[in-house]
Amino acid sequence: MADLRSNFAGIKSSNPFWLASAPPTDKAYNVVRAFEAGWGGVVWKTLGEDPPVVNVNGPRYGAMHADDRRVIGLNNIELISDRPLDINLAEIKQVKRDWPDRAVVVSLMVPCEEESWRRILPMVEDTGADGIELNFGCPHGMSERGMGAAVGQIPDYVEMVTRWCKQFSRMPVIVKLTPNITDIRYAARAATKGGADAVSLINTINSIISVDLDTMAPNPHTDGKGTHGGYCGPAVKPIALNMVSEIARDPETLSTPISGIGGISNWRDAAEFIALGAGNVQVCTAAMVYGFKIIEEMTSGLGRWMDEKGYDTVGDVTGRAVENVTDWKYLNLNYITKAKIDQDLCIKCGRCHIACEDTSHQAINTVKDGEKYYEVNDDECVGCNLCVITCPIEGCISLEQMAEGTDPRTDKPIDSSYANWTTNANNPSAGQE
Amino acid sequence: MVQNNDDTSITRGIVSGRLTHSETQANFCDLHPALSPHQASIDASRCYFCHDAPCVTACPTSIDIPLFIRQISGGNAIGAAETILEQNIMGAMCARVCPTEQLCEEACVRTEAEEKPVIIGQLQRYATDALFDDGRQLFTRGEDTGHKVAVVGAGPAGLACAHRLARYGHSVTIFEARAKAGGLNEYGIAAYKALDDIAQREADYILAIGGIELRYGVKLGTDFSLDSLLGDYAHIFVGIGLGGVNALNIVGEDNNGVVDAVSYIETLRQTDDLSSMAVGSNVVVIGGGMTAIDVAVQSKKLGADTVTLVYRRGKDAMGASLFEQELAQTNGVNIILNAQPSEIKAEGDNVSAIVFERTLIDDAGKCQGTGDIFTLPADMVFKAIGQKLDSELDLNDINMKWGRIDVGETRQTSNPRIWAGGDCILEGENLTVSAVEDGKVAAEAIHTSLTTATLTTDGEQG
Ligand SMILES: Cc1cc2nc3c(=O)[nH]c(=O)nc-3n(C[C@H](O)[C@H](O)[C@H](O)COP(=O)(O)OP(=O)(O)OC[C@H]3O[C@@H](n4cnc5c(N)ncnc54)[C@H](O)[C@@H]3O)c2cc1C
Ligand SMILES: Cc1cc2nc3c(=O)[nH]c(=O)nc-3n(C[C@H](O)[C@H](O)[C@H](O)COP(=O)(O)O)c2cc1C
Ligand code: SF4
Repeated sequence: MADLRSNFAGIKSSNPFWLASAPPTDKAYNVVRAFEAGWGGVVWKTLGEDPPVVNVNGPRYGAMHADDRRVIGLNNIELISDRPLDINLAEIKQVKRDWPDRAVVVSLMVPCEEESWRRILPMVEDTGADGIELNFGCPHGMSERGMGAAVGQIPDYVEMVTRWCKQFSRMPVIVKLTPNITDIRYAARAATKGGADAVSLINTINSIISVDLDTMAPNPHTDGKGTHGGYCGPAVKPIALNMVSEIARDPETLSTPISGIGGISNWRDAAEFIALGAGNVQVCTAAMVYGFKIIEEMTSGLGRWMDEKGYDTVGDVTGRAVENVTDWKYLNLNYITKAKIDQDLCIKCGRCHIACEDTSHQAINTVKDGEKYYEVNDDECVGCNLCVITCPIEGCISLEQMAEGTDPRTDKPIDSSYANWTTNANNPSAGQE
Repeated sequence: MVQNNDDTSITRGIVSGRLTHSETQANFCDLHPALSPHQASIDASRCYFCHDAPCVTACPTSIDIPLFIRQISGGNAIGAAETILEQNIMGAMCARVCPTEQLCEEACVRTEAEEKPVIIGQLQRYATDALFDDGRQLFTRGEDTGHKVAVVGAGPAGLACAHRLARYGHSVTIFEARAKAGGLNEYGIAAYKALDDIAQREADYILAIGGIELRYGVKLGTDFSLDSLLGDYAHIFVGIGLGGVNALNIVGEDNNGVVDAVSYIETLRQTDDLSSMAVGSNVVVIGGGMTAIDVAVQSKKLGADTVTLVYRRGKDAMGASLFEQELAQTNGVNIILNAQPSEIKAEGDNVSAIVFERTLIDDAGKCQGTGDIFTLPADMVFKAIGQKLDSELDLNDINMKWGRIDVGETRQTSNPRIWAGGDCILEGENLTVSAVEDGKVAAEAIHTSLTTATLTTDGEQG
């Protein structure tokens, strides 16, 4: 089987799956269970200065459920570790000693002052931990105190704190980025400039998960009041994938290793992050919802897939899809596709028709020879993919390239050459790029 | 599975108390227990919200099924019930008795996709149960129009018609021969499909709209005639079902123990203590429809030792759906196909056996005896070979066809002031749901007639 061992920014682990800094990594008991289950590494739940923070005693989590009650999004208002620093450090030291082949990275969040970082870094180094992760992402609670996302949103601070960490310790430094910004590249560039060994992303997205319509308070609420929290889980994966790819494509950061985080629930999600440039991945929500055993599906699935594709190491996969992420303006406007419905698979639910009819291009007919028969009308089909997405039967509708002849929608002959927006006649600034 | 007495010494003859009270109660529990909110939400999520949904087309009353299921998904069960009752005021009963496997669920695209339809019937029950538990009345009587309509029969057809007319504000008087409303919902449907007095609760809900007077114990033909009603009422709707039963016309039919299935079920449905129902040890049922299946299954549930259902044609010709046939078999009923009764034997006056002749279906589709004979021991024989319109009835010379009332598309009879629907019409499908549709369609037509046409002095439409 493919070699899943991972070396991420100089940190070695038995596989590329780490548990993200969060409740699953809050104390030795959990971390040991995770290692026993097979996880390659952990980023310990974020440590801060003593006295420890205090969490609410009401509910901390809210969720978005799919129709069948599967959790597709989770939100939380939890703070960083609420246990004394010395207990955490002692446990980290012991765990690292007991599990030398696993990665133990310590997440940190202290005030944005040089002295605070100078004080805590040697204590962490003393545990023998493999590295540190700077939590510049927590969007709730801690950010009100000038930490977490409050730092991560200001590139100058990101660079400054990263530089302190490199200066005051020999450990690899991973900078965890907040998605609560307009352009992730600025923070990633700042981390790189500050000397970061890697970035990790995404932390959670600022959110209100739902509103309790009886009490008229946001969920989760404590004593009648709620606050915004951090959103994660499967629903955030597309946002995270995009941000990872932006950093992987940016000339200033493309050689900075990326730890991909956000909604990873199975090997395929992980492979997608890796293909878009991640060197390893971190998981939180999936473990919180299903427990640590999911690692078995992740490692076996990734290994099997790599074998099938002939990839020997995770490094062989990293970034494979990056070159195919481009700007819209470079997409081939001469490439014509039409939807095609496989009549043997069609169950005649009509959803493709009504979606196209009501909201798109009126390109799906309903009747043939007096019988219900859903068929694409190439004269109208723009190849938008909406029918493919709405069809409940996988593989029943597909988009097929129309490679030659005339496009019946535009009556124009199909041109097999590549042509994009930059040279298009309708583009006022054509030819200038 | 049906519980049966382990006792090896089986009492022969037709006796009560074959099982204890609690055993019969266990046997007659709900065929499909109510869905929990969790189950309902999981199953509702399976609906694709189809466009031009085939389930809606397959429903005789055209309930907007995808809409009501989506309402359940949204936690709005009362809204779902409103969607259902808008098209089918007997949505609660239909949820329990419709052969959904031949109607909406057969048409469901998920039957085609994975042979597992959305459980529309049970979801419909979930919504209507929520409404009845809540108790709120969703319908109000329209402003009084001053028009009076007579309805004969308070079965599904009659009640549906009356309700729709009341919504339009017409005053309705129902003339019902029996002491309770509901027709076969109350007196015919299998007991395990209609628990918790649902037939009466539903009838009460329907009548609570107001503007409907129900006169019990008055029988068309005995206590009044259609002619007499025409004097007092603008229009009449006839929904009297099928009062008569077909005879076997074979030797021995008069012996003790040869019983009409419909009247037996009627007694069963009205008893408080099912273990008091007397039933044979070797029961033979003749027929292949819903009545035959129901009496066979219920005999078994009452503790009969063997129950054999004999039908003269093949499986596919049976009026009972495949689901019902399987229900009978899983309850321990033996089904013998392609055999017809030729003689009932008796010891003294009591039936002791029944002789059958095997049959063949000829090229013309007719059922022919083959001369091949066999005999089944029997201490009780149920006749369930179909019902017919009471032949004694004087129906005011309205046109009949093949023993049933002939109606047009709006269920209007040959007398333009008389409409008819349910089992008594030729097109009747012998289903609760189609009876409801008939009543609804007729009410719409009566309403149109009342509001658009003027009546001439001699009562004929002008
Ligand atoms: C045993 C049995 C089981 C069945 N199981 C099912 C099932 O599982 N699912 C299903 O969909 N259908 C089933 N059916 C069929 C269904 O019950 C009927 O199709 C439906 O009840 C017909 O409704 P209706 O209003 O036409 O007639 P009915 O329900 O027969 O109602 C007629 C009403 O008119 C009254 N009446 C009759 N004669 C007169 C008169 N002369 N004067 C005044 N009032 C009169 C009667 O008392 C009755 O109240 C079953 C039928 C039987 C017999
Ligand atoms: C309850 C909870 C607490 C979290 N606490 C922290 C934290 O202390 N430090 C941190 O860097 N990220 C924290 N996160 C963010 C996660 O590490 C991770 O970045 C995010 O959940 C996205 O990954 P996922 O979609 O796999 O859950 C927390 C997430 C959750 C759900
Ligand atoms: S056919 Fe089935 S899936 Fe489609 S709308 Fe009806 S119940 Fe839903």
